[in-house]
Amino acid sequence: MSKFITSSIGKKVVMSLSGLFLMTFLMVHLTVNCFLFAGAEAFNTAAHFMVTNPIIKVVEPILALGFVVHIAWSIWITIQNMMARPVRYNKTNQGKNSSFASRNMFVLGGLVLTFLALHIANFYVKIKFTHEIGAVSYAGVEMHDTYTLVTSLFTIWWYDVIYVIGAILLGYHLSHGFWSAFQTIGFSNQIWRKRLTVIGYIFALVIAGGFAIIPTYFYFVQ
Amino acid sequence: MNLKLKVWRQKNAKAKGGFEIYNISNISPDTSFLEMLDILNEQLINEGKEPVAFDHDCREGICGMCSLFINGRAHGPDDDVTTCQLHMRKFKDGETVTIEPWRSAAFPVIKDLVVEREAFEKIQQAGGYVSVNTGGVPDGNAIAIPKEDADEAMDAAACIGCGACVATCKNSSAMLFVAAKVSQFAKLPQGKPEAARRAKAMVAKMDELGFGGCTNTGACEAECPKGISISHIARLNREYLVAKLKD
Ligand code: HEM
Ligand code: SF4
Ligand code: FES
Repeated sequence: MSKFITSSIGKKVVMSLSGLFLMTFLMVHLTVNCFLFAGAEAFNTAAHFMVTNPIIKVVEPILALGFVVHIAWSIWITIQNMMARPVRYNKTNQGKNSSFASRNMFVLGGLVLTFLALHIANFYVKIKFTHEIGAVSYAGVEMHDTYTLVTSLFTIWWYDVIYVIGAILLGYHLSHGFWSAFQTIGFSNQIWRKRLTVIGYIFALVIAGGFAIIPTYFYFVQ
Repeated sequence: MNLKLKVWRQKNAKAKGGFEIYNISNISPDTSFLEMLDILNEQLINEGKEPVAFDHDCREGICGMCSLFINGRAHGPDDDVTTCQLHMRKFKDGETVTIEPWRSAAFPVIKDLVVEREAFEKIQQAGGYVSVNTGGVPDGNAIAIPKEDADEAMDAAACIGCGACVATCKNSSAMLFVAAKVSQFAKLPQGKPEAARRAKAMVAKMDELGFGGCTNTGACEAECPKGISISHIARLNREYLVAKLKD
């Protein structure tokens, strides 16, 4: 097994599986976020359900590990791939043979990571550590007022711009990543390749669009 | 046609190398790219200069010997052809044409535009074959093979081992070549008994020789003169995973 993880294909499988796991997380995350449109009580209750749910307590460290593995392996792969061509070409014309996203996964991922750091500082740190968050109670159950924390951040226009850019970068990463993850684990052929590419584009669009609409919406309605 | 050629010149594997500019005139658009280089070399010899070294053999697109990274693309601007099958009509009169050798840690430059592609042979020797006991030639229809499987195998077998996939890949990955060599046997009854060993041995050799990893950009497929599909890479991944899981 150890030889597998360090082989070229094995390393890619690690990227693929961690990427697939992160994508399922994104779907759950976006679903919860959609409760924002249903008002304070709905969103706060959904958020409360998420933080108190025992399954989530187990999944949270796995998620963190998923990110760490995905990022660590991406650095490893990228360095090795750069070393495979010590002398660069004088002239290249890669736009002719491959997509922008496929050639810039590391840059896109790195930018997503930068956004992620800000995002965690905005919400996770405030909720978990500095407790800069109010409380509300519905039908006698006391919980964090996550709704106000989120919506008040989105009244600041430049935060909205950053969040929209973050969503678009993530969308680009996934426009290649989705299909690529299946190709890596061998789940593709002439027919499925076309299908997975289309599904991947739709997935990337839903994720990017979904995460971009939320800050935009709250900027304009408030 | 008149052209300005920007050609990589390098005395030997150890030398530093650099670009030289040559002007060449009165080239017919129907000249092949390698004939154009022949004309350049004649000109250089007449001037008492060292001709440009480049690889070639069959000049009909079947041997995989010719190479060259022309204007930023492996085998030049035409699709689905080798450099020997490329013609000057694909260029514009007065154009500057940049000609570089394949660039990859696993394909060191030997001289000018010639690179050492022995790494491919080593990968082949690691497992790109079917072990058979010699004897009488088996009857043509003794082993029935479904048409689709035969077609898939044949498509993969079209690989001529030119190395354009490695040259064009941003990671210098040899995955398309290895995938073609694994795939041409994977679906055939003759290839199946050794499938697991073959996939493991060839991938291990490829990794050892300093090729990069595949990031599924698809550039190899776009530049491969034989149009080998990256679906074969998905098959290689599958073959390799299954083989490793069985270990
Ligand atoms: C929510 C966040 C993320 C998701 C859902 C995600 C998802 C994916 C997926 C599905 C792939 C395709 C895997 C494959 O080709 O087999 C991928 C590839 C990649 N990711 Fe991410 N990713 C995320 C964040 C990041 C971050 C933060 C980085 C790092 C700095 C990163 C760097 C990369 C790189 C370099 C690749 C290409 C690897 C390769 O093709 O070999 N990603 N990602
Ligand atoms: S896969 Fe295509 S580009 Fe690569 S060596 Fe074979 S024929 Fe050349
Ligand atoms: S010289 Fe044989 S393929 Fe070009």
